[in-house]
Amino acid sequence: MPLAVSDAAEVDSVDQEYLWTLNFGPQHPATHTTLRLVLKLDGEKVVDAVPHIGYLHSGFEKLGEDLDFNQYVTIVDRMNYISPMANEIAWHHTVEKLLGIELTPRCKYLRTILAELMRLHDHLLCVGAQALDLGAFTAFLYGFTQREKIYDLAEYASGQRFHASYTRVGGVMFDVNADWAAQVKRFTEGFKPVHAELHRLLTRNRIFIDRCKGIGVLTPEDAINMSVTGPLARASGVVRDLRKDEPYLAYADLDFKVVCAKGGDVYSRYMVRMAEMMESIKIIEQAIENIPAGPVNVDSVTDVVLPTKPAVYRSIEGLIQHFEVLMPNRGFPVPTDEVYGATESPNGELGFYLVGDGSNRAYRCRTRPPSYIHFSIFPHLIRGHQLSDVVAVLGSLNIIAAELDR
Amino acid sequence: MAVGLPENVFVTKLDAAANWARTNSLWPMPFATACCGIELMATASSRHDIARFGAEVMRFSPRQCDLLIVAGRVAMKMLPVLQRIWLQMPEPKWSISMGACACTGGVFDTYAVVQGVDRFIPVDMYVPGCPPRPEQLIAAVMEMQEKIKRTGTITGKEFLQRTTAMGPQPFDIDELRRRREVTPVPGLEIYGQPPVAAK
Amino acid sequence: MPSLEEIRAKVGAEIDESSFRDNRRVIVPAEKAFTLLAWLKEQGFNMLVDLTAVDYLEYPKAVDRFHVVYVLLNVDSGERLVVKTPLNPPELDLPTVTTLWKGADWMEREVYDMYGIVFAGHPDLRRILMPDEFTAYPLRKDYPRKGYGERHNFPVITRSES
Ligand code: SF4
Repeated sequence: MPLAVSDAAEVDSVDQEYLWTLNFGPQHPATHTTLRLVLKLDGEKVVDAVPHIGYLHSGFEKLGEDLDFNQYVTIVDRMNYISPMANEIAWHHTVEKLLGIELTPRCKYLRTILAELMRLHDHLLCVGAQALDLGAFTAFLYGFTQREKIYDLAEYASGQRFHASYTRVGGVMFDVNADWAAQVKRFTEGFKPVHAELHRLLTRNRIFIDRCKGIGVLTPEDAINMSVTGPLARASGVVRDLRKDEPYLAYADLDFKVVCAKGGDVYSRYMVRMAEMMESIKIIEQAIENIPAGPVNVDSVTDVVLPTKPAVYRSIEGLIQHFEVLMPNRGFPVPTDEVYGATESPNGELGFYLVGDGSNRAYRCRTRPPSYIHFSIFPHLIRGHQLSDVVAVLGSLNIIAAELDR
Repeated sequence: MAVGLPENVFVTKLDAAANWARTNSLWPMPFATACCGIELMATASSRHDIARFGAEVMRFSPRQCDLLIVAGRVAMKMLPVLQRIWLQMPEPKWSISMGACACTGGVFDTYAVVQGVDRFIPVDMYVPGCPPRPEQLIAAVMEMQEKIKRTGTITGKEFLQRTTAMGPQPFDIDELRRRREVTPVPGLEIYGQPPVAAK
Repeated sequence: MPSLEEIRAKVGAEIDESSFRDNRRVIVPAEKAFTLLAWLKEQGFNMLVDLTAVDYLEYPKAVDRFHVVYVLLNVDSGERLVVKTPLNPPELDLPTVTTLWKGADWMEREVYDMYGIVFAGHPDLRRILMPDEFTAYPLRKDYPRKGYGERHNFPVITRSES
């Protein structure tokens, strides 16, 4: 069982000579990708942790100033790469907010379904990897089997299984068909027993509980003060979910619950994620039942959206429109103004601060990455715990390096 | 001589025997940095299962591995780590550069991303794609096994001629671009290395 | 949400306001920024959602070089407020807001790393994303996207020598 955070760790200076320094990462299996922690250890107790990041910094924001609104979606994809489409949806949500585009109902529903599929995507890997780090390999494989099915759905919809680059300004790349909807339904049916199995594997597993309960506790006040959002904040009892609080897409029409917990520890985060998966399934089921017919892109006469590929290849209007949108200096009218837009991505509030200068590329596209902020609280969470709790806490934070460093 | 061989004894070249052993026990070191790393995980887990091809023993310690899989983009800050890991791996060793980013920098033509790890460490096999599908990676691993079988020697002397960092010969225009980019910044030192000498 | 009159009465008359879509923005000079933010925190804006900067070097009709942007959120009521502070070289410094919101810690470090804006009083202002040896500020508009070749300033390891 975890030790209580002892006062000694707080009072004693970290310069004591007998303290160990342990370098954790940047290439370590439990960091999933590339993070580095310099831990100060007193025996097995972590006295302090200093995170070093930037090992995957690839200049996303600089690229965003170089590519236009439709092109940048390919880059945004690569940000939180375990739920790629959630980023696209967040990005185009902000772009459409800047341009003042109102989506068609069908597109709203479609994007909602995709966003929730991505939530499953993310949570499955997070829960699986967390279990993997704590020594339970099976849950990881169960999770990955389901993820492969979501990959298949993404591939069916967009042609790429991983980085779909599916959304476009004012719509999506192309519409899905009834067969896709049927496959989504089949997937949701098949998901429920697996979810129950995951519960049976982990939720009351003695070892798992012992390593998770009471570890890395985050109080609601701290959560708010440290800008924590998403499942982490909800596990600490901060009732905030952008899907409810600032409804975007089709969330206002759908019935679902915001899952919260009170503990604020690793176990609560796991429980919140597990329960959120079920809520996502609920949302997907409702949305796929009620998905409206009609066009999926906003009216293309307004020169805003890309025409479909067949239209480009087979009709002169489509071709002209394609060039209109894609040629530099021709595209769509962009206000010279700036806007902050955010969506509830699986990891928390994924926001973009977008500055438009009248051209069809962003003047500045700042990302507000949830992982970045969540990793900054790590030293606060780990102080006073054991060395073996480091991976448990890291797993529960679900740090995605590309989103962390951009 | 008329000494017959017992039935269960083969005669072969030492090289071939070594290659046979090395081929079928590739231990990958997954240097997974970004999205390609997730595909690497997918390759190793339930549906694709790289264990079918004898390369599933992922070791996270370079000292135990002989196949480095660089999966994902390598940023400036990460390159010294990659080089250190490559140097730590014992001979014989090979490396696969997985994904567009590791091969050429991919979509990330920015200030912080190394445009192809083959500039700084040797690469034996390139897997294109962003990300490559798991099938592609499996194909690359099998190809790697083929290559080891074909060209490997027990002393590793096939590596001796490889004195440049480049894998395939670049096109002229590519070469020009690369040259232009390595124009050194006066006085800029990174990781205690002297700045690149001007050409 | 406090109205502009209230803010002006509290902090000073030179404060300006604008809005676009659902974002309401308050523009405050650098020396008043901390006072305003501290006061806004008392008014219930208990979460700092985002802290970033924008370089307006090539922006049409821009007056100031940089703006530091604070996106505040009142978790209880769900209101958002954007506070912007203009900055011009060579005085690129602002008081830190880590004393108000602990979440500002890394965000300020990132702004420092990317733009070179110094937050006075920050407990640990180092580069965060770029290597410590890096000298430029990459997100400034006068820094080229491909950099000046820093990305290839490394020794080469060839096969014959490793
Ligand atoms: S090649 Fe593509 S998938 Fe692989 S790391 Fe680069 S961006 Fe990610």
